[in-house]
Amino acid sequence: MEYVDSLTGFRLDGRRPNDMRQIRGEIGVVAKADGSALFEMGNTKVIAAIYGPREVQNKGQQANNQALVRCEYSMANFSTGDRTRRPKGDRRSTEISLVIRQTMEACILTHLMPHSQVILIEFLVHILLKFFMYFLPKICFLQIDIFVQVLQADGGTRSACINAATLALADAGIPMRDIVTSCSAGYLSSTPLLDLNYIEDSAGGPDVTVGILAKTDKVTLLQMDAKLPMDIFENVMQLAIEGCKAIAHYIRGVLLENTKQLECRRGI
Amino acid sequence: MTTMQRELRLSLNQTQRVRLQSALQQLEEMTSLASAITVVADTIPVNHEDSILKGHGTSDLNGEVVATLCGVVERVNKLVYVRAQRARYKPEVGDIIVGRVIEVAPKRWRLEINFSQDAVLMLSSMNLPDGLQRRRTAVDELNMRSIFVENDVICAEVRGFQHDGSLHLQARSQKYGKLERGMLLTVPAYLVKRRKQHFHHLENYGVDLILGSNGFIWVGEHVDMNGENHILADQVSREDMADKSCVGQVTQEVHERITPLEIRTHICRVANSVRVLSALGFNLTVEVIVDTVEASISLNTDIKDILAAEFYVQTAEREVQRRVSLSRKKG
Repeated sequence: MEYVDSLTGFRLDGRRPNDMRQIRGEIGVVAKADGSALFEMGNTKVIAAIYGPREVQNKGQQANNQALVRCEYSMANFSTGDRTRRPKGDRRSTEISLVIRQTMEACILTHLMPHSQVILIEFLVHILLKFFMYFLPKICFLQIDIFVQVLQADGGTRSACINAATLALADAGIPMRDIVTSCSAGYLSSTPLLDLNYIEDSAGGPDVTVGILAKTDKVTLLQMDAKLPMDIFENVMQLAIEGCKAIAHYIRGVLLENTKQLECRRGI
Repeated sequence: MTTMQRELRLSLNQTQRVRLQSALQQLEEMTSLASAITVVADTIPVNHEDSILKGHGTSDLNGEVVATLCGVVERVNKLVYVRAQRARYKPEVGDIIVGRVIEVAPKRWRLEINFSQDAVLMLSSMNLPDGLQRRRTAVDELNMRSIFVENDVICAEVRGFQHDGSLHLQARSQKYGKLERGMLLTVPAYLVKRRKQHFHHLENYGVDLILGSNGFIWVGEHVDMNGENHILADQVSREDMADKSCVGQVTQEVHERITPLEIRTHICRVANSVRVLSALGFNLTVEVIVDTVEASISLNTDIKDILAAEFYVQTAEREVQRRVSLSRKKG
């Protein structure tokens, strides 16, 4: 199958190799969440909801001196062409949850959430006798829950999830180092292609998903499940980074518009 | 245009949409603070020659001051900080808050107050039902459930932070305590401004309105504070009920305590006005709420229609007029 037309240079859906699909972001789509956002990349559509910072529910999970970030990725049954029942903790979704969690953890300022006394009190606990613990005040640990659900899957779901999570985190007022965005790129018919859709994704070629911190140009996510020569890989990755930057620019615009509206409506 | 109707899903028709858009446009033109607005990872312009203090929502990146939140840049003398909008409530000592009891623990109640952690109301930091000042005994501790139980809605004041970072409340006055016969509404905390007065008695409607700084708003039947302590009265009536197991007596008692229909409709009207204002994202002050309630009455709007498209648009237009007249007064 020819993924890039050799005559015109167009891809199957009519894009040029370095074209991205149309992106759209919307803030405030879930009423009861602390922060929420919808993000579309072409036909891929993802919804993200943030709950927190709130107290850790499961005491076993708490981290030492920073907030706990949890992430749950799920795909709606109706998100793909064939309607399949998806078990909740299948390997794919667990892996993507982990990837999203690690990417978002890199940009959330988790060390701001707990209280500085935490370490001191832990130290006290160690040296005090067991029954003294009863009198110690309860130490509070915080967690942030990120729920992302894929409503329509057309390739690049994990990128879309990360972008949606960024928007939702900003909406929830959680302090972040930087805007983290993600975009994928592939290499098919000896051409680097930006933002693969489902057909290109399932062609089995290399698929590089990159997540970057837009301002500081730091990579927080890089995934590829195939082999590529070094020089080609660099080109593909560069293309993906360009895509990330374009998305970051768009996300910044959405956030600015939203912040402005909220402030103007509130008045003095 | 992003709709931002988190709580409300409205189907606006073409004219309503145009009217709403123009009203919001006007509001946008009236407030000229576009320069102070910042988003995550934006550089905040500061004069590096003067020494500055970096406050909340800012961080340092290669010598630049960078925002870590979306919001408005505020400058107070040397301090530069970012005020976020839709974040969780950040308590300050002295705030009046409304919360819900989630746990009765030894000597304390734990309250949900839209803060990142639960607040604690100690038994020792609230007035006892008998109104006496004395040490709290083990018997008091056992009787804690006669004061508040889980899911009760409570009004209290922020007393301070403990050394471990937990938030302590106090309820040492008759105006604080359990709230009954009313509705609890949750709005984003940034819409409630700190003011001198958070307790309001809307006399025309016989309704109490408590604007908790944490974004929890209580609309309930008016309780007379000047008379006897209502917590005391409540407890007495509870004991009475326990004593007299006679069913007829209890039903009669319940009958006396029922809120009249008129007041209940008023409560709903006020509550829906608060909802429409918070859906529009307007500041919630008692004046604006009363204005909205009065407008809904004078326009003969049904209580359910306060949350419908037409009144939503009208509220936006009324807000524009209000702000125009305010700026004229100033100018």
